[in-house]
Amino acid sequence: MAGRKVTFTENLRELGLFIFIIALGFAIQMRNPAFLRVSNIVSLLTNTSILGILAVGMMLVLLTRGIDLSIGSTIAFSGMVTALTVARYPGMPALLAVAQGAAIGVVIGMVIGVLVARFDVLPIIATLGMMNIVRGLTYVVSGGRWVSAYQMPDSFKALATGRTLGINNLIVVAIVVYLVATYFMNHTRTGRRIYAVGSNPDAAEVSGIPKRRLVFLVYTIMGGLAGLSGVLWVARFASAQGDTAVGYELQVIAACILGGVSILGGVGKISGLLLGTILFGILANALPLIDVSPFWQMGIQGVTVLVAVMTNAMVIRNTERSALRRRATM
Amino acid sequence: MKRTVIMLLVVIMAVAPIAAVFARGAQEDGVQRHAFVFKNTGNPYGEKQMEGFADGIREQGFEPILRAPDVPTAEAQIQIIEQLITQRVASISITGNDFDALEPVLTRARNQGIRVLSADSAVNPASRMTHINQADSEMIGRTLIQAAYDMAGGSGDIAILSATSQASNQNLWIEWMRTELADHPAKYRDLNLVRVAYGDDLRDKSVSETEGLLQSFPNLKVIIAPTTVGIAAAGRVVTDRGLIGQIYVTGLGLPSEMAEYISNGACPYMFLWNPIDVGYLTAFAATSAVDGRISGAAGESFSAGRLGSFEIVAAGDGGTEVLLGAPFRFDPDNIDEWKNVY
Repeated sequence: MAGRKVTFTENLRELGLFIFIIALGFAIQMRNPAFLRVSNIVSLLTNTSILGILAVGMMLVLLTRGIDLSIGSTIAFSGMVTALTVARYPGMPALLAVAQGAAIGVVIGMVIGVLVARFDVLPIIATLGMMNIVRGLTYVVSGGRWVSAYQMPDSFKALATGRTLGINNLIVVAIVVYLVATYFMNHTRTGRRIYAVGSNPDAAEVSGIPKRRLVFLVYTIMGGLAGLSGVLWVARFASAQGDTAVGYELQVIAACILGGVSILGGVGKISGLLLGTILFGILANALPLIDVSPFWQMGIQGVTVLVAVMTNAMVIRNTERSALRRRATM
Repeated sequence: MKRTVIMLLVVIMAVAPIAAVFARGAQEDGVQRHAFVFKNTGNPYGEKQMEGFADGIREQGFEPILRAPDVPTAEAQIQIIEQLITQRVASISITGNDFDALEPVLTRARNQGIRVLSADSAVNPASRMTHINQADSEMIGRTLIQAAYDMAGGSGDIAILSATSQASNQNLWIEWMRTELADHPAKYRDLNLVRVAYGDDLRDKSVSETEGLLQSFPNLKVIIAPTTVGIAAAGRVVTDRGLIGQIYVTGLGLPSEMAEYISNGACPYMFLWNPIDVGYLTAFAATSAVDGRISGAAGESFSAGRLGSFEIVAAGDGGTEVLLGAPFRFDPDNIDEWKNVY
């Protein structure tokens, strides 16, 4: 497994992304000095935290060579059910609402986990099916109606606007998720085994790693995080609708890939993921700040993503070349 | 074996919505069917418009078909219209996601004898018989600038938060806002329209755009958002950041979505027409067009159930339109009775 040299080159890749982010930040700052103001950084992080939480779950799924297209629908469904619940029972503690949303997500994730791990349905097919089913369910439970700000109790809305230790709750939740994920992926046996399953499923199975159980686990975790995000999403925007977060899964997958997670499985680190997510957050935050037409904004967004991915690809090629050279001299 | 069965089931679930459409097309015969195509699904405003359309069609003893794509794009609407042509509906009323892009498919529909009208957001005059407009675009644009002038106390920066940069109704209102500013240079001397931002009717993007406006323009007094998602997002940001009383939000919004922000002062007042009535009026225009009572020429008139009689007039884009009426003002005095309606 990973030797000293590989660890070094992997860090190098993250360094490339880090330098790119610094350069981008500098360019934006030149254009609008408001960019690096504390209030703007706080809103950037607040707006990016949900994406970041979801990216952690998506990384686990991608590591096992899977994909989850259903999370946008899970966000909408969990958010809608939670919003309907707090609208009906305004006295309900906000944390209970969070638990309810996460539980809904876990159940959806478990269904996908069973489809993929037990019945060997291709992840893209299983999650595409669930994407439609769960989105449909969202319209069914809401009857096509929506839940508005005035129907939600203040304690619920405070989930997204309140602070813990002076930091916005959304950012706090994201930090906790990242800390737990870092420990889980790097220091627990289950975490290491998820890498093993993705980098070589056959070898993993032969060596006695319970592949199916791990695959089930990653979809369950993804579902739970999507359910949690649904509650945060609805609390943040104080509005629950049937079309909440349509297509959001693609943004999450893109953030993972930007962060160096391979869709071929087995490759990806929490630190890289963090950088990928932040790069996405900067794009969303900065495009309104630089005064260019919306047509150019789209182009700029696309070019930035492509340049970042190309930088990554170049670093990987160099890594492989130096690895070959090393082998040749051995 | 088991794997194949499950795979099949999942594929069936994924394509079920598409299959359902064809199934309905096959059922056919008997009752005349009238279709309404909105911009996208899950839009509360659109739901109400479709509800009004369905009521109006049923009231006349016909069958309504309500369709909307998942995403607010012209491409997605084109697919739906093609399905409707196959289903041989009597009329299609569409809320356009693009002014020109729908022309080829709508022309094909008209060549098949289907009556085509647009409602709320127009398609170009060559594609439609007539357009059902909520309220006079000119009146909306001018009213919103006057509201911003009132809220800003006559001076300061104002910005517009729109939907997508191609939404034809949004762009027409924005044009009239600019005209209102240009027509009275003395009155609006100290009022600066600093930027038009586009939130694409997405919650997260509308919030980012609003925050971008706040960061970029320290002297910002009023945000005009003539779109239901945008105005609610702006209201939320102003409330969250404790800017109530410093920055005002106005525009066009749904009473239920805006009740919170009208009550707390983030939005002193805003406007909207009744989307149920827009749909209801469209239903009667569509059936009148199928009957041959109207051809879409200016000067013709038709009756629209409980709303009374309407006349077709020339529209600013070279085509014709039917106007529902003046925009209705929602403020702290009346919001409580409206927030439960829509």
